[in-house]
Amino acid sequence: MKKSVIAALAVMVLLGGAAYASFFVAPTERTMGTVQRIFYLHMPSAITAFAAFLVCFVANLLYVLKREQSWDWLGVSAAEVGLAFVSVVLVTGPIWAKPVWGIWWTWDARLTSTFVLWLLYVAYLLLRSMIEDPERRALLSAVFGIFAFLDVPLVYMSIRWWRTQHPQPVIFGGPGSGLAPAMWRVDLLSWVALMSLMALLVRYRYELEALRGKVDALRLVVSEREPREAEAQ
Amino acid sequence: MALLQNAGVLLEKELRAELRSRELVTTTVVFILMVVVLFSFTFDPTSVESRRFGPGMLWLAFLFAASLMLQPCFLREQVNDTLSALRLSVGDPFAILLAKVCANTLFLLLTELLLLPIFAVLYNVAIRDILPSLALVFFAGSVGVCVTGTAISAISAQARMRELLLPLLLLPLLTPVLIASTEATAALLAEDHVLRWDWLGFLLAFDVIFLTALWLFGEYLLEE
Repeated sequence: MKKSVIAALAVMVLLGGAAYASFFVAPTERTMGTVQRIFYLHMPSAITAFAAFLVCFVANLLYVLKREQSWDWLGVSAAEVGLAFVSVVLVTGPIWAKPVWGIWWTWDARLTSTFVLWLLYVAYLLLRSMIEDPERRALLSAVFGIFAFLDVPLVYMSIRWWRTQHPQPVIFGGPGSGLAPAMWRVDLLSWVALMSLMALLVRYRYELEALRGKVDALRLVVSEREPREAEAQ
Repeated sequence: MALLQNAGVLLEKELRAELRSRELVTTTVVFILMVVVLFSFTFDPTSVESRRFGPGMLWLAFLFAASLMLQPCFLREQVNDTLSALRLSVGDPFAILLAKVCANTLFLLLTELLLLPIFAVLYNVAIRDILPSLALVFFAGSVGVCVTGTAISAISAQARMRELLLPLLLLPLLTPVLIASTEATAALLAEDHVLRWDWLGFLLAFDVIFLTALWLFGEYLLEE
């Protein structure tokens, strides 16, 4: 069997196990009830997304320094997959918040900075789609990616200082402080599952981008040859 | 030293170009004025309300104005491909960026200087006693806007849909600047006129971080 098929199957098993564990193994939270189980998707997705953006940042840096196309391919793959995971965070968050806090959204530090993070990487991908020349696209988006990644901690700090100085509309009582050991185990399992899903997706996306790069290069060769052939005829 | 010398000469060039046309500052002043007037329709512009909403409105107006003002920064150089000439004649490409950052900061500060008295009169806020502190906050904030803005302007000038792309890339990056300078300005306009050193320090840290990033990575933005 091909290696990629085995990897995909392994990730599916892990994901299935994590889903089973979060529904049936993890104890029901006392005050929040069943809705709290979304936590096992929510928080691991957030950490996975940050890991993907870290990969993107490192790839951007390495592209700028080494100018090898493969780093650009890795950068865009990681950014796209990271964006997908942040989207999961931004969707599961309100679903959890509505029954627990009574509102879908609050402009709290963590929520707001996640939203800005999402916007920054959407901007990164939009920028890429607006530049035709592959080398220029790679270089400019790499520099923007570095700027965006540097901005993330500043965004978080500024929003946290600002919000903690204002009365909070809702108390952000994250479950981080007192998680039961059984909950931690499930959380860890689903984190491992999502991280491997992320790695798998980045790999697939990377292969796609590499193919795209090769097709572009071939197209360039063909377009250079065609006028000459036309002349010969 | 050569860097500063080159940047100085290039800054003179930027300033002279602006002085001849006076397009950038005039248009930006009118734009911000328009935003300030339009904003007055969205809330009740009494003195108390203005102190609450004024600083945020003012800084949002500055941010939007900057994202328009920074458009021609590198586009201007494309018409006759003067950027290549600059790159050939200046040893360190960072000098080009530094000159542009300084020029843009000066333009933005000038528009702010022209608009501040108008804002104070229209929204009935007293600014005479807090002018030095306010200048400090405006300076730190504007440097942050122009350092990142110049880098993004160099990026967007080389892409399609550049007019839309510049604010799209720049505004999320400027979230920290918007928050910090709005908070610092609001504290100055409040009853007890306090200068919030923590926010000012935060703004300066932002300036230093992105100036360093521009110094390290800026040259790649000017490559052919």
